[in-house]
Amino acid sequence: MSSEVIIALRMGLVTAVLTGLVYPLGVTAIAQTAFHDAALGSFVVDERAAVVGSSLIGQTFTHPGYLHGRPSAAGAGYDATASGGSNLGPTSQALRERIAETAAQLVAANPEAPGPVPAELVLASASGLDPHVSPEAALWQAPRIAAARGIDVVRVRALVEASVEGRDLGVLGEPRVNVLSINLALDRQFGSPVRPAADPR
Amino acid sequence: MTAHGWLQIALFYLAILAATRPMGAYMARVFEGDAQPLPRVLGRLERLLYRLAGVDPRREHTAAEYGLALLLFSAVGLLGAYAVMRAQHLLPLDPEALPAVPPALAFNTAVSFTTNTNWQAYAGESTMSHLTQMLALGWHNFVSAAAGFGLVLALARGLTRRGGPDPRRTLGNFWVDLVRSLVYVLLPLSLVVALVLASQGVIQNFEPNATIATLDGGTQSIAMGPVASQEAIKMLGINGGGFFNANSAHPFENPTPLTNFVEMFVVFLIPAGLTYTYGRMAGDTRQGWALFAAMSVLFVAGVAVVYPAEAAGNPQALAEPLVAVAGNMEGKEIRFGIAGSSLFATITTDASCGAVNAMHDSFTPVGGLVPMVNMQLGEVVFGGIGVGLAGMVVFAILSVFIAGLMVGRTPEYLGKKIEPREMKLAMLYVLVFPLALLGLAAWAAVSEAGTAGLANAGPHGLSEILYAYSSATGNNGSAFAGLSANTPFYNGTLALAMLIGRFWMMIPVLAIAGSMRGKTTLPPGPGTFPTHGALFVGLLVAVVLVIGALTFFPALCLGPVVEHFLAANGRGF
Repeated sequence: MSSEVIIALRMGLVTAVLTGLVYPLGVTAIAQTAFHDAALGSFVVDERAAVVGSSLIGQTFTHPGYLHGRPSAAGAGYDATASGGSNLGPTSQALRERIAETAAQLVAANPEAPGPVPAELVLASASGLDPHVSPEAALWQAPRIAAARGIDVVRVRALVEASVEGRDLGVLGEPRVNVLSINLALDRQFGSPVRPAADPR
Repeated sequence: MTAHGWLQIALFYLAILAATRPMGAYMARVFEGDAQPLPRVLGRLERLLYRLAGVDPRREHTAAEYGLALLLFSAVGLLGAYAVMRAQHLLPLDPEALPAVPPALAFNTAVSFTTNTNWQAYAGESTMSHLTQMLALGWHNFVSAAAGFGLVLALARGLTRRGGPDPRRTLGNFWVDLVRSLVYVLLPLSLVVALVLASQGVIQNFEPNATIATLDGGTQSIAMGPVASQEAIKMLGINGGGFFNANSAHPFENPTPLTNFVEMFVVFLIPAGLTYTYGRMAGDTRQGWALFAAMSVLFVAGVAVVYPAEAAGNPQALAEPLVAVAGNMEGKEIRFGIAGSSLFATITTDASCGAVNAMHDSFTPVGGLVPMVNMQLGEVVFGGIGVGLAGMVVFAILSVFIAGLMVGRTPEYLGKKIEPREMKLAMLYVLVFPLALLGLAAWAAVSEAGTAGLANAGPHGLSEILYAYSSATGNNGSAFAGLSANTPFYNGTLALAMLIGRFWMMIPVLAIAGSMRGKTTLPPGPGTFPTHGALFVGLLVAVVLVIGALTFFPALCLGPVVEHFLAANGRGF
C-alpha cells in the first residue's frame, strides 16, 4: 500500500512534466517554426501594413458600406476574450423578441435587399466570433453596401462571388465568405468609408 | 437537409470503419504483445518512466490492487490540479495576471478533469493561465484517458485469461498500462494531430491578449494561448474541455471544416479501435465486431434524428415572417453548417467527450433530446476511452443473462459462466448511474439554489438541469450552457455526480473482472448463446435502449418531449 502511494506520487510528477510541460513546449517549438503565422493567430494587415484583425476571428461592422457579420453573444459583441453563444432555447421568448427586433432593423437598413432576411443574420453564432456569412447572406447585403459607397451593385456582387470559399476537399463544411476579407477587398478597391484616404505621398 | 450533409456523415462513418482494425491491432500489440513498436525511441522512454516512478513492470496486480493503484493515482491528480489552480497567480506563464481560481470552482474543475468529464463551470480565456491550461488541465487530458485504458484492459483480461495456474488471478499492471497508453498511443498521436490543427490555424503561443484597431474604427482584444497542443489531446483523449469558453466552436480551436472532421474522427478513433483490440484479446475478433456493430446502430440512429430536427429550423425564427425559412443556425457556425454541427453533437455525446462545436442549449427540442439520451444510455456508443467499451461489455453480460433466462440455461460470456455475483455487480453498475443522475437533478429542480441558475424558463429549464446531471454523471462535460453552474450548489453537487459516475462505476467493473478472472473457460456447447451474430447485436441494442428508456423516459417527457409539442404550437416562455 505505502509503496503504491509513493509510486502514485512519483508517477504523477513524472507524467505532469512529460504531458503538461515537455509536450506542449515541443508542439510550440515545431508549430511556430513550421506554421509561424497560423500559430500566432493568422493576423491580417491592411494596405498600410497595420494589423486590422485575425482572418479567423469575426469583428463588429456597423458602417453600411461594410459587409456585416452575424449577431454575436460574445461579450458586447465579437469580444474575443469572452467567446460564447446566446444559449437561448427553442421556446425562448427572449430569442423570439431578439429575432423580431434584429429582422426589423435589417429590413429597415436594407430597403433594396432581395427577398426575406437570411435566417443566419438574425441567429447568433456558437462562438460569437463567427468570421463568415454564407454567400447568400453576403449577396443580400450587396445593394446596401453599393449605395453607401456610391458604386454599382454589380461590382459588389462580383467581389463577393469571387471571394466564396468552397467546401473543404469539395465535401466538408459549407460554402462561405470571410467578412473581414471582403471588407478589406472593398477598401482596397474603393477606399475606406470610415477613415480618410491614405496620403497620396 | 442536403445530399452534401448526408455525404459528410457517411464519409465520417466509413473513415472510422476503415481505421478500426489497424488502430485496434496496433493497440493489441502495445498492450498485449511481446514486442512493443519502436523500441529504440519509445521503448527507451517507457523504461525511463518506469525507472523514474519506481515501477516494477513485471509485477502484476490483482483486481483489488489494480483498483487501488487507479484510485491513488486519481487522488494525486486531483490534488495536483487543485494546487496548480489555486497557485496560478504565483506561477509563470500568466501574462494576463489572472488571480487564483476560487476554491469551489477549483475543486469542481479538478474533479472534472480527473474524472475525464471536463465539465467547465468557468470560461477558459478569462479564468485559467497558460500554465494552468497545460500543467493542470492538459496533464489530466492525458492521464485520465490513460486510466480509462486501464479499466477496459483489466476487464478484458479478466474475461479472457484462463483461470488456473496463477493463484493471484492478476489483471495486468496498472502502471504499465498507464505508461504504455501514454508513450505508444496518446503522446505520438496527439503530436501529429496538434500539428495538423496548427497548420490550419489553431494557435500555439504564450502571448497575452492581442489588442487591435478594427477596420470599422473599433478595438478588439483577442485571447491567445497554447491551444493546438491542448486541442489535440482534448479530442483524442475524449476529454472535451475547451481552451476557450466556446470550445470547438471557437475559430482558434476549430478553424475549418477540415479540422472539424479531424476532431470528430479522433474522438471515435481509439474507442472504435478498442473493440477490435478486445476481439483480439478474446481470441475471436467477431466478439469485438459485434460490439462495434451494436455501437454503430445506436450512432447512426442518433445522427439520423438530430440532423433532420436541426435542418427543420428554429421555431422562433420560423415564426418571424420577415425571416427566410432555413435550418436552425442559432448557436451554430457557418463553416460547419447544420450537418457538421449535428454530427459533432451526436459524436461528442455518444463518446463521453463533451466538446461542442455548436451550443446544444439552442438546439431544437428533438435535436437536444438526442445528446441527452446518448449520455443517459451510459455513453456506451464507442464511449470514453476504456469506460465506454467496459460499459458495453457490462450490457453484453446483461444481454446473455437475459437470453439465458429465456431458454433456462446458465448464461456464459466468452466461455465463462455468468453467476449471481457478476449479475449483482452488473446491476450495481446499471443502478448507481440513474440514482446519482436523477436524484441530484430532482434536488436541483426543487431547490432555490438549483432553479436560480436557469437561463431558460418553461420545460427547457428542466432540460438544462437534466442535461447538466446527465453530463456530469456520465463524465461527458458538455452542457446546455445557459445554466449558471459556477455556484456553490452546482459546483458541489456536480462534482459529486462526476465522482460517483467515474469511480462508483469503475469499481463494480473491476470487481466483475476479478470475479471472472478465476473462472474456467468452457468450450461452447449446443446450449451456448453465440455472442458474435446479428441476433446478439439486436438483443444488445435492445437491452441498452430498454434500460435507458425505462429509467429516463418520465424525466425526458417533462423536458424536451413536452417542449417539442409546445414549440410546434408556437408557445414561448
